[in-house]
Amino acid sequence: MASTTTTVPSAGPVAGSRSFLSRLRQGDEIAHIITFLFAVSVVLVTLLLVFDLWQGSALPRHKFGFDFFRTSVWDPIFDHFGALPFIYGTLVTATVSLLIAVPLGIGAAIFLAELAPARVSDTLEFFIDLLAAVPSVIYGLLGVFIVVPLMRQYIQPALKHSFGFLPLFQGPAYGVGFLTAGIVLAIMVIPYIISVSREVLLSVPRDQREAALSLGATRWESTWKVVVPFARGGILGSIFLALARALGETMAVTMVIGNTPAISASLFSSGYSIAAVIANELTEATSNLHYQSLIELGLALFLLTFVLNGLARLLIVATSQRGAGMGNA
Amino acid sequence: MKRIAGLLVVVLAVAGVLWADSALSINGAGATFPYPMYSKWFDEYHKKNANLQINYQSIGSGGGIKQVTEGTVDFGATDGPMNDEQLKAYQDKHGSGILHFPTVLGAVVPTYNIPGVTAELNFTPDALAGIFLGKITKWNDPAIIDANKGVKLPADDIVVVHRAEGSGTTYCWTDYLSKVSDEWKTKVGKGGSVNWPVGLGGKGNEGVTGTIKNTPDSIGYVELIYAESNKIPYGNVKNASGVFVKASLAAVSAAAAGAAKEMPDDFRVSITNAPGKAAYPISTFTWLLIPEKFSDAGKRDAIKGFVKWMLADGQNYAEALSYAKLPKEVVAKEVLAISKIQ
Repeated sequence: MASTTTTVPSAGPVAGSRSFLSRLRQGDEIAHIITFLFAVSVVLVTLLLVFDLWQGSALPRHKFGFDFFRTSVWDPIFDHFGALPFIYGTLVTATVSLLIAVPLGIGAAIFLAELAPARVSDTLEFFIDLLAAVPSVIYGLLGVFIVVPLMRQYIQPALKHSFGFLPLFQGPAYGVGFLTAGIVLAIMVIPYIISVSREVLLSVPRDQREAALSLGATRWESTWKVVVPFARGGILGSIFLALARALGETMAVTMVIGNTPAISASLFSSGYSIAAVIANELTEATSNLHYQSLIELGLALFLLTFVLNGLARLLIVATSQRGAGMGNA
Repeated sequence: MKRIAGLLVVVLAVAGVLWADSALSINGAGATFPYPMYSKWFDEYHKKNANLQINYQSIGSGGGIKQVTEGTVDFGATDGPMNDEQLKAYQDKHGSGILHFPTVLGAVVPTYNIPGVTAELNFTPDALAGIFLGKITKWNDPAIIDANKGVKLPADDIVVVHRAEGSGTTYCWTDYLSKVSDEWKTKVGKGGSVNWPVGLGGKGNEGVTGTIKNTPDSIGYVELIYAESNKIPYGNVKNASGVFVKASLAAVSAAAAGAAKEMPDDFRVSITNAPGKAAYPISTFTWLLIPEKFSDAGKRDAIKGFVKWMLADGQNYAEALSYAKLPKEVVAKEVLAISKIQ
């Protein structure tokens, strides 16, 4: 992250002595301009996206104002649009998925990077990359045909039996709902966490491990107290990549969440997510207000991602300062 | 070698221009429900008229209305007729109107999964509205039992399943419920997506069927074509004449014939809860949306030719694909309406 200042080409000592034309002929300047345009295009696309979403959602913004984010009735026939259940569903499913995926993913990455023999690690990595490349509709089918029946018949009754006193595990168990969507999302994002975290752990310099071992640390102590903290920035990065995917996932979620715009404390309850409702209703949205409200939901999802990414950055900065230069991978 | 390649490019380019010049291509977009029918028709019509290519994208009725209003396609298609507001929007933008042409008919059927019940259930309009409003919550409610004498229904909670995404199927289903229940009309209304009082949303016909299969004591609705081709059992519905009717192509055509007598000139008619003893009450037309005025005479004549063919020979392809044919009275009326395309 600190290396971004070295890309200014005119800072070199020879830059002043050559004319612009000769630099142009040698290609440096061309490469500079072209790559600069590529880099700028990312910013432009982002701005264009926000502008377009903002423009496209003028009607509901004027009609509902901030109530759009505060109310929970979504009625395309009588033109009431409130985004709260969708925002809630998106956050709840993403949270559930991370609660499951983070410990599993990081644990697996530690095993693959630190403990497993190279041959085992590489073979497993091949499968993990394969999993990361599976289209989300396939995960949706896996959810519909395997996870949902399992949830309804075994997991939800068991949870109800053991933890039924918690509001989280009450109400009728249909198999679909927040919990199922969270589990399917967790299955989808685990490969990302493992794959990125493993790379980061592998890139931790050998000296770090050797220094710890030479001080008498056990292998696990060196891994847990030295290597993992050193790689913390990168591991957090993998978690935020997973979070971004979980927030935006559409197909797999809509197939297992139940598609009911409802807010409920119970994880068994069926819900709805922002991405799912946009995909489901946009093509058949006949009234302008309905159409534009869906676009405003898109804006809401964008803002949500933006805010969470911002928080993620802050978290990385905060933890790397505490680690005094350790978490800067 | 380079020269030959260059020559080839030129020849191909010229051929491309000539070919594009001789073949007329017309673009349409809209409803997904009649897509298998339309693609069959456009294909067959292309075989008869090699220089006319009709392209159709099944992007959904809402998208079809939007695109034809914006003028990005030559014609649209929808499962629910355009409302007055949408017609006005079209008129304001183009200075001329848009015409509805019914093409075929479809129906929506109630399907359910109650463990231990194999009999075909009978549903009264009140029972269906009550279940989908969330007021009838048990299978052994008197409203259901009274119509199903001799069937042992459990005292279990009913799980309602509906379509998650906006669809013509939902439009037809809610249009029917709005007609038979005042409470539905004022509380929920009709449309491609509505604010469901109760229930789980399944994505697509297959999502609804899958959820019903997976969930004991559930009820939902799917297209007749889908139920037929996937051998899904479905219930009978009591029609406006008080007869319990099982959905079939003949029962759907009967509903259309009942409505044909009072067919308005713009064909924007709902045939749910249609009169007639044999009529299946949850039936609907599906429509092509064709502009009144074409700036391109070639396209205009091509579309008129296609509609004429669709109303005559085209209808013969319908039943093989499980769509109900248009009744004769409607065809005759539509043939007269073709002259409105200018």
